[in-house]
Amino acid sequence: MLKTIFSRVTQTIVVVFLLVTFVFFAVRAIPGNPFASEKALAPEEQAALERQYGLDKPIGIQYFNYWKNILTEGDFGYSLAMKGRKVSTIISESFPVSLKLGVLSLILGMGLGIPLGILAALFHNKWQDYAAMVIAMAGICIVAFVLGPIFQLSIARPLSVLNVAGWSRPADIILPAVTLCFGVAAYLARLTRGGMLDVLSQDYIRTARAKGVPTLQIITKHALRPALMPAVTFLGPAFAGIITGSFVVENIFLVPGMGKHFVLGITSNDYNLVLGLVLFYGILMGIANLLSDLALIFMDPKLRNS
Amino acid sequence: MAMTSIAQNIKGESLATEKGSSLWADAYIRLKKNKLAMLGGIVVILILILCFIVAPILAASGMNANEQDLTNRFAGVGEKGVLGTDQLGRDLFMRVLEGGQISLLVAIMATCMTVTIGVIYGGIAGYVGGTLGNTMMRVVDGLLAMPFLIIVILFREIITPYIDTLAKFLIDDWGWNDNTVLRFANLIPLTIAIAGFGWLSMGRIVRSAAASLSKQEFVEAARSLGISHRRILFRHILPNMLGPVIIYATLTIPSFILYEATLSYIGLGIEPPNSSWGKLIQEGANYLETNLTVLAVPAVMFSLTLFAFNFLGDGLRDALDPKASKD
Repeated sequence: MLKTIFSRVTQTIVVVFLLVTFVFFAVRAIPGNPFASEKALAPEEQAALERQYGLDKPIGIQYFNYWKNILTEGDFGYSLAMKGRKVSTIISESFPVSLKLGVLSLILGMGLGIPLGILAALFHNKWQDYAAMVIAMAGICIVAFVLGPIFQLSIARPLSVLNVAGWSRPADIILPAVTLCFGVAAYLARLTRGGMLDVLSQDYIRTARAKGVPTLQIITKHALRPALMPAVTFLGPAFAGIITGSFVVENIFLVPGMGKHFVLGITSNDYNLVLGLVLFYGILMGIANLLSDLALIFMDPKLRNS
Repeated sequence: MAMTSIAQNIKGESLATEKGSSLWADAYIRLKKNKLAMLGGIVVILILILCFIVAPILAASGMNANEQDLTNRFAGVGEKGVLGTDQLGRDLFMRVLEGGQISLLVAIMATCMTVTIGVIYGGIAGYVGGTLGNTMMRVVDGLLAMPFLIIVILFREIITPYIDTLAKFLIDDWGWNDNTVLRFANLIPLTIAIAGFGWLSMGRIVRSAAASLSKQEFVEAARSLGISHRRILFRHILPNMLGPVIIYATLTIPSFILYEATLSYIGLGIEPPNSSWGKLIQEGANYLETNLTVLAVPAVMFSLTLFAFNFLGDGLRDALDPKASKD
């Protein structure tokens, strides 16, 4: 187990380092500059701004300084496009929103997808199986920007309880969370079905059946844990992805989450913001993968002993 | 000399094709039994015919997707045109077909790039193996850890000015038709960006297929007969990888249609005068309350296409790779 933790941590460090390095040089290769606005800046103003943010130095020095500030002071620097705002403030304001939304939609997705997958596997090649798989495919094919407007029109409009969009009341989380959960549910249903079919064809399940163990008990006691392993492997990265926000869903429902900063950061040449977000994303991805590794070890005795 | 002639006899053209054709025939029989996959296949063909054959014919016969008619805004189904008109009085039916052309074109071009890069990269990594192969795959793993939307947007933003310069050069110096060049120039950065991220998964799949194939007896036999690496790769490994590559390519097209739509939806993809399903959905969503058809028509076409390609891809996987399917 310590070995797993150690190898995940080193892997995360390497990936985050490469990620930040790649993005550091890539964002600077985008044409345009972060200080461009409606009115053109005088060259002196431009130079002063560049000096203020350290952008006048050679790119190698900038790169070195970026790591130095993070490693010695934990400083992600200031946003270049949103003047006067620290990158860490932007993240700490928007991340809780995305986290809340992401966790809720993940729970909904698991509650919907996993039972659907189990159902499909139990009725393998019967109409229930086909129905479940068509529903799962719908979750993949009817995407957020189609589903969101449908919900706004058919649920939020007639029901005055829910706002069409916005983030002022606690109930405002419902529609975006439901919209987000279908994609997760769809993948989970497919993975759970596959895992379950694998397990159900194993000898020990046949033995349990032959002994007369009730079907429900076979599923809960014997089959479920190994059958969920592919789903757990998927959940790690999916978790990291979903809690860092979705630009599309935030855009439809006016959620003040993190997803929009990723996109707007790039389009407004906000180097520090993009780098801070990518760094944050990479670390979250590492943690999520580690958690799913540990869950797999807990679920599979074979992994535990090796 | 004697060696190669024996090798060619053993490898035997007729033997190889006979085995291949029986695999494909088997697969076709299995595919035909899968009703959903067959339906998906038929829908895919219909959509392709509509977008790439019917639409140009209609356009040539005078139906224009960009012609505005402000006196007939939001015309209902059948009132003007086949499916009514949009917010600027443009023919919705033609717009959806021409938008589909762009969506499908981007996805298919990006898939072709993905297949080319993925097969070459993954094939080499899998066949050579060892340290080189492992290093090549670690690079892929590292790139896959990146947030896809960010990487695609980054690529697109970086590539765009180069493509614009190229387009300007083609128009000014070579006298190409500026309208055509500019419309294409808008698609290319997006296509390259999508393929630039999309080939990674293809590379992985091809590598694992190539690695397992290169350990099999028939490849060892070919090697012991002194057949060159290139010939083994192209005559023995690549043809046997066709199954997984076709399956994955079929499943790649809908995911690329989705990427393109997402990017166009957030305003970082297709730009006017071009249009795509994602762009149409985004425009339609603004008129949700006044007129639903403007959103519904592209949304239905888009979702239907994703359904069809995914069912076809799943069906092909079950048919070509019975071991992987859970029957």
